This record gives sequence, structure tokens and C-alpha cells, in this order.
Amino acid sequence: MSEMTRYPISQEDLDMVKTVTTLREVIQQIPDGATVMIGGFGGSGAPIELIHALIDHGAKHLTVVNNNAGNGHVGLAALIEQGQVDKLICSFPRSADPSVFVTAYKANKIALEIVPQGTLAERIRAGGAGIPAFYTPTAFGTAVAEGKPIEVFEGRSYIRELWLKADYALIKGDLSDTHGNMTYRMAARNFNPIMATAAKVTIAQVSRVVQAGAIDPEHVVTPGIFINHLVEITHPAQEEELNRAEAVYP
Amino acid sequence: MIDISEIKLSNAQIAWRAAQDIQDGAYVNLGIGFPEMVASYQPEGKEVIFHTENGVLGFGPAPAVGEEDWDLINAGKKAITSKPGTSFFHHADSFAMVRGGHLDVAILGAYQIAQNGDLANWSTGKGGIPAVGGAMDLVQSARRVAVVTDHITKKGEPKLVESCTMPLTGVGCVTRIYSSLAVIDVEGGHFVLREKIAALSIDDLQALTGAELLTTKGVDALICPEALG
Repeated sequence: MSEMTRYPISQEDLDMVKTVTTLREVIQQIPDGATVMIGGFGGSGAPIELIHALIDHGAKHLTVVNNNAGNGHVGLAALIEQGQVDKLICSFPRSADPSVFVTAYKANKIALEIVPQGTLAERIRAGGAGIPAFYTPTAFGTAVAEGKPIEVFEGRSYIRELWLKADYALIKGDLSDTHGNMTYRMAARNFNPIMATAAKVTIAQVSRVVQAGAIDPEHVVTPGIFINHLVEITHPAQEEELNRAEAVYP
Repeated sequence: MIDISEIKLSNAQIAWRAAQDIQDGAYVNLGIGFPEMVASYQPEGKEVIFHTENGVLGFGPAPAVGEEDWDLINAGKKAITSKPGTSFFHHADSFAMVRGGHLDVAILGAYQIAQNGDLANWSTGKGGIPAVGGAMDLVQSARRVAVVTDHITKKGEPKLVESCTMPLTGVGCVTRIYSSLAVIDVEGGHFVLREKIAALSIDDLQALTGAELLTTKGVDALICPEALG
């Protein structure tokens, strides 16, 4: 891991002021107009504290890559509600309460690029692996394929899709050691490991930072080479729980 | 117009019928909503391994209310559980399972199915906000692509048609349709009727279908548990 900054927050000494300050420190490098990948599938794996810090920071004209378009008035939905997102690249802009995105979309305040979910994942993977384009059968013959080159392999038609890269990735993990070697929690893994590879700068929030050696190398999911900054958030918010409590951010 | 409201199968009966065809040990992806019901009717003694595209294979049933862990959800964003044999993986691996042809069966809903197997199920094309999710990936790459659906729309229009008028999800991809009136295969650019409910004649079923039904393979009775009706 290169140039990693760790912002230590001990479990005994977790006070909100310090947390917000350290989050600000790392998030304030994100400029207006940046492309930002945000991990998560719905609320599972969504880095809520990092997104809320981005709202506090106020960077505008962002292009955001996420599977969805937010739910309720927290997390990604809140970022859109604050008018910070010019364009969203996603597969499924529906949720239990998509009203923030729907309102912005119908008012032409946000552009939408719909990408089939597997193509979205593979474009991100390709971006992280330095592969500019690939062929897929997904969406052949549909509106999504319009204008894309087609090639036949072994008698079957495939469309060409391009890599997807970002300036920043905001991701959520479970444990990380001091080298940024990370694990995830169950289905909260989803887009987080591939987004970590596809951004120039990856900022990860994790529930606990442990010493090198505390995670069995066999169990590391994201090696630390992909992580630039770690923020320890010992009790991360769950979007689903915030929405059930009808929370609104800010 | 024939009134089918009293004789058509319930969604539970359609889901039950679709479940009977899933072979032991199959890897199966169920679409959000109605197709998820198929999981409830697995025949005793068969083990089916369910895949959800957000990165879980071999998951268990929904937890009790209050026991949810919101890090463990399915593609419909509903809480699920893990069990012995469950695995977790990231999204690129999840769709490698899909597009690599490793899934045995995908079961989805439909707006329209054409006789050549074209499927429209993601957008009515009437404005609104498009949302495709993983459907376009699943229909092109699962070994078998089955549809569970009402045979006609709420307005009485056929959902099985000569060619789709709504935006396509995939071309030539559907292999079998479990409708509220019949089981129909897609073979060689035609609908091949395999089973139908006894209360409807073949002529009546044809009148409710927007393309020719071939009966060359023989037509069996479509019988489902009445308790699910």
C-alpha cells in the first residue's frame, strides 16, 4: 500500500467530533467534477459515513457510479438531494423510496446512464485491470447495444463494452490491517472490491483496523495495494436501519 | 373474449409447476418478485442451490422479523440467511457465474415473449425511468431461461406474441414458459404447447395466444395442487 494514511480512532475514545474531523480530512481532497465510485448494493455495503462526509464537504458536479440511485433521504439519495450529482451510472434506479432520484431526473437535474448489472461489474473490473474493452453477449439486440460495435465469436454475436474508471472510490469493508489488506461482511462485499481497483484514489471505511498479521493472508479479499486511505468507523450506520427510522441527512 | 378468471392458475400454482422441473443439484437464479415464489415449492429430496446476483450462493430462507442482518440481502433487497454451504463473492465473480454459463436455470417474469424466444421484461417503453438490473445478463447466459407469467395482460391482451412490441431484454433467449394456463416450450422459432389446464380447449387457448401454438409434441394435462389455488 502506497501513501496510506490511517486515521486512528480508538474504540474507547470514539467521539463524533473527532470522527467527523478525520472524515473531512480525507474527503476534502475530492474536487468538483470528480467521478466517484460508491460501493454497495442498495444499503448493503454502502459507505454511509463516507457519503455523508462528501455531503458535508460539498463537492459538486460529480459523476457517481453505483448499482442503484439511493433510497430515502440518506446516503446516495441525500447526496443527490443536495444537488451534488450531475450524472449517475447505474443498473437499477429503483428502491423502496426512490423519490429523491425520480424528482431530480424528471426535473432534468441529473443524467442517467443505464448499464446492465453484469456489464457494470465487468466494466469496473476491466477498468481496474487495465483492459480498455471487452465483448459480452449481454444486451445484444436491445436498446442498450445501440451504437456499440458487434463481433461474432464461435457463431454468436457479442457487443463491445468499454472499461469504467474513476477518480475516487468510496468503499466499505469490515476489517483492515495497517497495510490496507481488507475483508468484508457477507453480501456487503458486492461492488466494493472491484471499485477499490478501478479508482485513482480509494478511500475505505472499515469497522476495525488491526495490526499487520492479525488477518490470515488466506482470508484477505482486497490486498492493500488497492487502498489509499483508511477510516475506522467502529459502528457504521446501515442505510436500511436509517430509513426505517425515517432519518434525513444532513 | 373467454373469461379465464375462475379457471386460471394462481401465482403459487405457476411457481409450484416451475419448481417441479428444476433438477437436483441445479444452480438457479430467481428474478425479483413473483419468480422468488419458486423457492417455496422445491420437491422433497431435491437440493437446489440458489444464486443471487449481489454475491451469495446457496443462501437460506428469510430470517424472522427482528432477526435481519442488513449486510445479508438478496437482489430484491430483502433479508436472507446463510446456512452450511453458503458462499460470498464480489460482483464480478457473481456475473462470471452468469455470463460464463455456469447457471443451470434463470426464472424471470415477462411483459411479452415472442415465438422466437425474444423476451421483453424491463421497460414498457412508455417513458418512466428505465431500470434493467441483472436481467439482460441472466437471459443471455443461463443454460435454461424460464418465464413465469400470466397468459394474458390485465387488459386481456396476449403476452405470448409473434414479435415483441416492447423494448427487448434479450433475443432468442426464453426456452420455456409457465403461464397461468399452459406450459409452452420455445423451439425452432415456434411456441410448442406441452401442457394446458383441462378447463380450456386448445382452440380457446389459441384464441388467447398471439402466435401459433404447435401441438406436434403432444399436449398433457397441466395439474397443480388445488390447495395452492
